[in-house]
Amino acid sequence: MSNESKVKIALVVNGELTEVAFAPHKTLLEVLREDLSLTGTKHGCELGECGTCTVLLDGTPVLSCLALGLACAGRSVRTVEAMAQGGKLHPLQETFADLGAAQCGYCTPAFLLAAEALLASNPKPTRAEIKDALAGNLCRCTGYIKIYEAVELAAARMRGEIAEPSRESLYGN
Amino acid sequence: MATEGWNDGEMERENRSNVPSVQRSNIIGKALRKVDAVAKVTGTTRFADDLAFPRMLYCKLLRSTEPHARIVSIDTAAAASLEGVHAVLTGRDLPIPFGILPVSQDEHTLCVDKVRFIGDPVAAVAATSEEVATAALDLIKVVYEPLKSIASAEEAVAHPEPRIHDYGDGGNLHKLIDLEFGDADAGIAAGDVVREDLFFFEGSTHLPMEQHAAVAIWSPDGKLTLWTSTQTPHYVHRAVAKVLELAPARIRVIATPNGGGFGGKSDPFNHEIAVAKLAMLTGRPVKITLTREEVFYCHRGRHPTLMWVRTGVKRDGSITGMHFRSLLDGGAYGSYGVASTYYTGALQTVTYHVPRYHFQGARAFTNKAPCGPKRGHGTPQPRFAVEVHLDKIAEQLAIDPAELRLKTLVPPNSLTANYLRVGSMGLGTCIAKVVEGSDWKRKFRKLPEGHGVGLACSSYISGAGLPIYWNNMPHSGVQLKCDRGGGVTVFCGSTEIGQGSDSILAYIVAEVLGVDPFDIAVVTADTDLTPVDLGSYSSRVTLMSGNAALQAAERARQILALHAGRKLEVPVERLTFAGGRVFDSKDRKRGASFAEAVQWAEAAEGTVGTVGSYTPPQSAGKYRGAGVGPSPAYSYSACVAEVDVDPETGIVRVPTIWIAHDVGRSINSASVIGQVEGSIYMGLGEALMEEMAYRGDLKVVHKIPSLLEYKSPTTLEMCDVITYLVEDPDPNGPFGAKEVGQGPLLPVMPAVANAVYDAVGVRIDEVPITPEKVFKALKRKQKGESPRYGPEQFPDIPWPEPIRVPTPWEGGDGKAVTAAPVPLERPH
Repeated sequence: MSNESKVKIALVVNGELTEVAFAPHKTLLEVLREDLSLTGTKHGCELGECGTCTVLLDGTPVLSCLALGLACAGRSVRTVEAMAQGGKLHPLQETFADLGAAQCGYCTPAFLLAAEALLASNPKPTRAEIKDALAGNLCRCTGYIKIYEAVELAAARMRGEIAEPSRESLYGN
Repeated sequence: MATEGWNDGEMERENRSNVPSVQRSNIIGKALRKVDAVAKVTGTTRFADDLAFPRMLYCKLLRSTEPHARIVSIDTAAAASLEGVHAVLTGRDLPIPFGILPVSQDEHTLCVDKVRFIGDPVAAVAATSEEVATAALDLIKVVYEPLKSIASAEEAVAHPEPRIHDYGDGGNLHKLIDLEFGDADAGIAAGDVVREDLFFFEGSTHLPMEQHAAVAIWSPDGKLTLWTSTQTPHYVHRAVAKVLELAPARIRVIATPNGGGFGGKSDPFNHEIAVAKLAMLTGRPVKITLTREEVFYCHRGRHPTLMWVRTGVKRDGSITGMHFRSLLDGGAYGSYGVASTYYTGALQTVTYHVPRYHFQGARAFTNKAPCGPKRGHGTPQPRFAVEVHLDKIAEQLAIDPAELRLKTLVPPNSLTANYLRVGSMGLGTCIAKVVEGSDWKRKFRKLPEGHGVGLACSSYISGAGLPIYWNNMPHSGVQLKCDRGGGVTVFCGSTEIGQGSDSILAYIVAEVLGVDPFDIAVVTADTDLTPVDLGSYSSRVTLMSGNAALQAAERARQILALHAGRKLEVPVERLTFAGGRVFDSKDRKRGASFAEAVQWAEAAEGTVGTVGSYTPPQSAGKYRGAGVGPSPAYSYSACVAEVDVDPETGIVRVPTIWIAHDVGRSINSASVIGQVEGSIYMGLGEALMEEMAYRGDLKVVHKIPSLLEYKSPTTLEMCDVITYLVEDPDPNGPFGAKEVGQGPLLPVMPAVANAVYDAVGVRIDEVPITPEKVFKALKRKQKGESPRYGPEQFPDIPWPEPIRVPTPWEGGDGKAVTAAPVPLERPH
């Protein structure tokens, strides 16, 4: 095992062509965290049950704990590290931060990427569509509600609307 | 605390009040971003498993496959000689026991003679990779001599032998408690209605998304550094020092931000001590990250609890007396269990006036993963029992359950029968809010079949009155440094677990010093750098670290004001600190920047640094057991749940929950609402689906320790939540703040149970309320049998002689009186 020879692949990670060598049994999660030091991607079970390790593979949310690193050769991976650009937060990151949609923050990178993929295909999702798109991601802190509100607010802003959080969501009824 | 002179308004408060005269606050109460929000949303927060060091080794633990057995032999030779393995440990290498409570030091890093549950660690390996370490575990040969296993608290009562531990209150009973406040039987008999009920609350686990992880480094200068995902770095510090026989001054424990805790990371754990020892042996960094399966074995979750309650009530709804019994299934170790057991009896008295009260509690050892503190610690179980019991009493008396509760509320600023000092008390307002918001009066007993509403209330502590180990030092400490550039750094031992404790420190200091909270650096949870805070448990952090921060900030303001007053030629009492400036409140142009004020003070006095600390008020109770229950302030919650029940399948869906929470005062309202919503979510899981269930012939094998099979609510099950914040400032809270992280969970389970009864007329007297239980109760109802699902009996327990304490209204002074001789076995 320790002597298992490494394989080298090339893939696009967060927009950059990247070469990486790793033991062939490694998952994409392990390659990202251990071989590329991209620790923004988290894990909660490593069995494909919690959604915490979600990344975008060619734009589609996948569980990086179930994807073999080798199978990602030549493909494009997007992780949370790429969301803020030029020192500026992504609109989803802004709203997650402002509404308290991240409490412990451990599941947050996965929710952000799943939400980003949703908004890419559906810029004006209903609450039910948001719930459906995020049903594979577990969060134990928030009860999901602030996450829905953050996705809705970011979606509105990404559509160019001027939108603010509701008073109830910040101060109660 | 002195707070005069730094703002415009004045409020009349008593001298000890921490509700400063803030009419107009700039920070407190606002829905601001948390100070760590950007790190969280960019994935840059460094959790324990994100740490890596050159030459790091990986640790894996071999865990017992037997529920209860003597260890005959452990052969580690083959594992030790595997290439890549640097060290192997067994129990004999670490003979000193530890445990969170001084009274139950019953854990070993690795089992020495005996294993007590499936998952108990018996050996540890450090190797160059997790794969090699895992392969080494397969080479360790353990010979076990199996012992009879105990699967439930009832079984533990029935089988004193074989004993799981050789200490406790006899046989397999870890702890027996009997406390009587006034003559409860006589009180109950004076009721017009006397009602008895039995309830069962199944165990559940915290399920934080982050698996526990720890990294240790040993330096040749004899210093050990341990990074770990713990809620209680101070207690880990003590346990590591004890087991490894190292001077605490040579150990640095750093709690990494926790990826969720909920109480599950509050004990010192085997794996933390194992990596520390392995780092010492190998001289290399050693890391462990538990698998999700192992997180289930760490557990320390909700105790499965059987409860019996008898209450006497007058026709008008007032309670004349209550007798409450609980039997807790503690699992294999003590953990916080003694405190958990007391908590199943402590807080019954702080919501409704109970003039005479008798509590009997028992905790049993069983061969299952150890139970401990989960959000609400020992109080959700009795709260479920009492609130469903009251719903039944209200029906018997033909009083609306909301009205019944309003008639019996504990008055503010009063002492309960068991000597808990209630301060601010906003439960009445909470009930009014949810009754109005949910349209309760039009819905209760009036919705069509299959639809129902239920109401329940609760209370929780804002920190415990006593520390876990006896000492008379503060519970929380803060150091504060003002930089001549205008920045402020706050140092505190408090631990960020997602609840926002780092932000609380920044907001409070920012409010007092009039600076932007984002100009404040927060350094927390590092035993080398920060003064002790006892940890993130008991909902203590906002109140206790908040008060410590408030004191440190006020002291800094006094220093700055003295010198700014001189330079500006303005009387100190006229100075205002706001907007990054210090200025004359009567002439706002006469002022300076905060940075200039620091420079003036630094030039005059040297470095500007202050400290603050907090010690809770003394408890009123002086009897044995009085340490559990007292708190500087109690939060209150009221909840209405609406349910849809499918009579064909028994499936319960919860579309909406209305919750009102008396938080005293919000430090950050968005964070408070986040805690409320998260509590409702976790309560909903416990109400409907979460169970730490065991299977197999012996019922000691975890049902399936995975995130998929341990059912928790996803986005598709989560209900809508309508939140009302009730602000009734408490003099003991910083700016009046009380807790919010745990209390709002408590009323959810009974509100759902009461709503199910309203919907389909069946009583489910245990949680979780699964479709199977509802279906069985509906079948019984159809057959004309008792429309109920729940426990049928409470076992005979050899209760000790009660500790008798006269109530305050009987002239009691909080001390126990010498009891008249009574038989050891009291009639049941």
